[in-house]
Formats: sequence, C-alpha cells, structure tokens
Amino acid sequence: MAEFSLPANSKVGAGKTHKAPDGATNTKTFKVYRWSPDDGENPHIDQYVVDLDSCGPMVLDALIKIKNEIDPTLTFRRSCREGVCGSCAMNIDGTNTLACTKYLSEIDGDAKVYPLPHMPVVKDLVPDLNHVYAQYASIKPWMRADSPPPPDGERLQSQEERKELDGLYECILCFCCSTSCPSYWWNGDRYLGPAVLLQAYRWIADSRDEATGERLDDLEDPFKLYRCHTIMNCTKTCPKSLNPAKAIGEIKKLMVERR
Amino acid sequence: MNSLRSALGRARGLGSAKEGVEHWWAQRVTAVALVPLVLWLAYSIARLSFAGHAAVIAWIAQPWVAIALVLTLFATFYHAKLGLQVVIEDYVHGGFAKHAMLLLNTFAMFVLGAGSIFAVLKIAFQG
Repeated sequence: MAEFSLPANSKVGAGKTHKAPDGATNTKTFKVYRWSPDDGENPHIDQYVVDLDSCGPMVLDALIKIKNEIDPTLTFRRSCREGVCGSCAMNIDGTNTLACTKYLSEIDGDAKVYPLPHMPVVKDLVPDLNHVYAQYASIKPWMRADSPPPPDGERLQSQEERKELDGLYECILCFCCSTSCPSYWWNGDRYLGPAVLLQAYRWIADSRDEATGERLDDLEDPFKLYRCHTIMNCTKTCPKSLNPAKAIGEIKKLMVERR
Repeated sequence: MNSLRSALGRARGLGSAKEGVEHWWAQRVTAVALVPLVLWLAYSIARLSFAGHAAVIAWIAQPWVAIALVLTLFATFYHAKLGLQVVIEDYVHGGFAKHAMLLLNTFAMFVLGAGSIFAVLKIAFQG
C-alpha cells in the first residue's frame, strides 16, 4: 500500500537554534531540514536566524551565508546561481523551486527549507536523483534518425517546426515538477513523472527526429504515462514557468490520434 | 531485496505494456456520454419526486426512457469500473492484495451493472 505516514526512523524532530549575531535588527529565521547518514539520528529541523542586512536577496544567498558564517556542516547542491543548472532545487516555503531564483522577500514569516519531497535523502538538502536520471536515460533523450544528415551542413527545420520546441527545450531537469507530483510519489518506481515525460515530448515534437512511433510505443503503458491524472502540481511549481502537464496531454492526444 | 541491478535496468523495468490508450479513451467517452444522461436522469427524478409507484413504473416502461436508463447504467458502471481500477493501481502495490481488489472491482461493477439493467428491462417488458 501507499504509505501515508513517515517510518519511525524518518520522523522529523526539533534541532538546534542558532541565534542572530548581536546588534542585528533585520532578521529572518530559516527552519532547515537536517539529516546525516553518519550519526544514526532521526532528521531534525535546525533554526538559523540570519541578519538580512548583510545577506543577498535570494534564498540561496542565505543558505550560503549560513554555511560560510554559522554552520559549515549544512549540505546542499548549488552551482550556477542563476536558474540554469537546476542544482539547488529544493522545497522552500512549501513549494518546490530553485533556491537561487526564489526571493527572500516572497516568503512571509519564517522560511522553511526542505529537500525535494519523497526522494531518498543523501544528506540534509541533497536528494538522491539516480532513479530520475535513469528514467531520463530510458526515454533515449537524443536525436534518433535513420536518414543521414546532409553532407554539407546540419539537419534543417523550418521556423514553425523550431517553434514546436519552445516551452520544452528550456527544461533544466531540476525535477521540481516530478517531486511535486503525488502520482510520482506513490508510483515513481514505474511512472516516468512530468520532467521525464516533458523531455520525451521534446523529442517527439522535434521535426528532425524519425523515431516518433517507437517513442510512443515505449510510453504507451498504464504506469509509465497514464499515471498522470492531470493534477497540475508540475505546472504550478515549475521554476522556469514551463507546462509539463500540457506536454503530457499532447502525448496522450498523439496516442489517440495514431489508433 | 538487496540488489546490485543498475539504475537504468531498474528504470526500464519490464518495459512498456503497449496498452493504456483504450482504457484512457473509454474513460473519456463514458464521461462525455454521462454529462447529458445524468442531467436528464436528475431532471426526471426531480419531476417524479412526488409521483406514486405506479406512475414511476409507467415512466420507466416507456421505450425511450428504458433505453436511456440502460445506457445511463451501462456508462455509469463501466466508467466506475475504469475509475476505481485506476485508484486501486495508484494506491495498492504488490501482488495478492492488488489483484484481489482489481478482480473484486471488476466483478462488483459487472454484477451491479447487470442487476440494475435487468431491473429496467423487466419493468420495460413486463410493466
């Protein structure tokens, strides 16, 4: 059965509180999920009171400030700090998003920071993404064509054909959408999830790809595709404002069209 | 089970079942059919709310009413069977419990559908 309560060793307890530096007047409290595989303890919520007068405007700025100045053991992924790498995807203020593009000013009251939901946790805010990456590899995310490319240049597409990829190619594979999807939570072992299905449609929609039929064959499955029940959490949470639910809908339409 | 299987092997699993579109489409078709049928049924039942037993029997026995009722019942139980199957697949994982519940769902919906359609036909043909 689907599990609706956390196992005993995953129950989240209270942790340490790190007070604001003396004299700080403009502060914000960050309640951050902490878990380490090394100490055998349950996860806990540590509280960090950060002086906003010496902090950048984004949640990632605050996390880096905490790591640099308050607690160097805090663990999280980050790289580009401008919303193109997808590394700092996490659950902030109850919504999956990128820490680097989420303004602190958008958060009322204390800021709750958790790892992406329902993924195995490696440490603190770092989720184990091996399975979603493998699911991505399973849809063969590369151009598949039997016709050789023109000897004197690239494979061409019209401007209209190129437009079909808008709203798809921008996906940075942060997996905010897949980890916000209840259907992916319950059946993520078999359901591909919105991120991978959007990528699958990105290749189905590419006029240069010649494997559309095989791609649809591989997706036609009660679990791989049809666990999508149009819940729309994916579209609501996408930090790049893309629409995975629409991409999945387009795949379902093609499934009917080719009958 | 402790497994050293690769992540890709696990993600590919048993591969695609090559089905699902018929189920999805049938759910949509029955849903569209039920929009006018349920509106008609609700309107009719409201109109008959103070009629006596004999008046209701006479209403059901009319050919067009009996046909519409049979269609409503068929679409309802078929739609319910498809929908409940999805709910069970969503939440019940693993072997025996899942298959037992899927079987129970199929049998229950066919028995309820057949029973209620038989009741309408009996009234239609015998009054």
